[in-house]
Amino acid sequence: MPTLKLEIFTPEAVAYRDDVEMVLIPAELGDMGVYPMHVPLMTRIMPGELIVTKDGESVHLAIGEGFAEITQTHVRVLVDMAIEERYIDEKAAEEAVARAQQEIREALMGNQEVAAAQIALLKSLAQLKVRRRQYSSSLK
Amino acid sequence: MAANTRDIRRRIKSVKNTAQITKAMQMVAASKMRKAQLAAIASRPYAQELSRLLLPFSDAVNEDENLVHPLMSVKADGKDLVLLIATDKGLCGALNTNILREVSRFAPETTEFVCVGKKGVQFLARAKRTVLADFHLKDNFSFYDAQAVAKFCIERFAKGDIKRVVVLYTHYVNTLVQAPSERVVIPVQSFEVGHAELGHDSEKSDTVVKPEVTEYILEPNGRDFLGSLLPHFVCYKIFHVILEARASEHSSRMVAMKNATDNAKQLIKDLTLEYNKIRQASITTEILEIASAQMILS
Repeated sequence: MPTLKLEIFTPEAVAYRDDVEMVLIPAELGDMGVYPMHVPLMTRIMPGELIVTKDGESVHLAIGEGFAEITQTHVRVLVDMAIEERYIDEKAAEEAVARAQQEIREALMGNQEVAAAQIALLKSLAQLKVRRRQYSSSLK
Repeated sequence: MAANTRDIRRRIKSVKNTAQITKAMQMVAASKMRKAQLAAIASRPYAQELSRLLLPFSDAVNEDENLVHPLMSVKADGKDLVLLIATDKGLCGALNTNILREVSRFAPETTEFVCVGKKGVQFLARAKRTVLADFHLKDNFSFYDAQAVAKFCIERFAKGDIKRVVVLYTHYVNTLVQAPSERVVIPVQSFEVGHAELGHDSEKSDTVVKPEVTEYILEPNGRDFLGSLLPHFVCYKIFHVILEARASEHSSRMVAMKNATDNAKQLIKDLTLEYNKIRQASITTEILEIASAQMILS
């Protein structure tokens, strides 16, 4: 089976590097499933859930804002946050959500800062979403 | 005589205490320097990918006027915005003195400052320069923190009367050598991150490999994509520069504290010698006194 080389980079580290079968990217214009031999493409990424399928199993990562470069054999993702579900600190994410919502509600800040708070909120929500998904599936 | 020896003993004790503190600071600085270096090395793959991602645009921008981004526009006149990166704490040798000396090269009328680090703000306030903002970054600052600094600079540039944004920081050459230097971050003229990278394998420069395909579909469109990629590129550059300045700060402090510890040790040695001399002298006089008293008695 052909594979894609997926690499996820953050300014702090290389978060993920492996040969995978499929990757689902939260692109700006909607979620995008990428298989090998995809048409070359670059897109912006919104904070959300990135799903990697490898050997029939899937790995879920919460990712932040960034960019993706897709070629026929490679997917390179540059984002400011990428956390695998098992490393997500649920409590910290919940607190971050509360903090961001608080900031947006108070809205004493300029537009730019509200936008920043909204991005922070989306990122924390993405973490929670990925984390909770695992919970619900393990309960079954 | 007894009072004198007590004085010297007290001094030895206090110098010993100082040596202990400087030694501890040296160790702390060494470990922080290592951390800053590791962070810079860890971010290198990201840097390489980022400039690779931008590479296809360097030709496209020349062909298509439409793609040219405001951050790339070169202006003939306007003010300079200087991002000064100093330290929060002192006791790091001549680092701050050197970097602050560079400030005088910018004329007060045509320069505005954005500052990272308390020492820089204090200096600029004393020199009565225009400071637009100062940022406080923790030791383990994240990319997100640096982004706030970068966004401020980008917004200020977007207002129009700024010609260029210059970062004034301490370039990390090696543990012993740090040179104050400046780098223009806006307007963006080259998409290469290519500068001497922090870390040890500087000869392994950022050789950017040509991508295998050159025709990409861009989502949502070329202009928007580049429009968000470029500010991000500036953010990253500033992030990296701050990391480098931090590594310089810690290595400079480490060296300064090592010198202080060595000096204190030398001082302890000298004082101990002095103390022993006095002690010996007093013993000799005592023996002489006893001997002469006995001679008289016999």
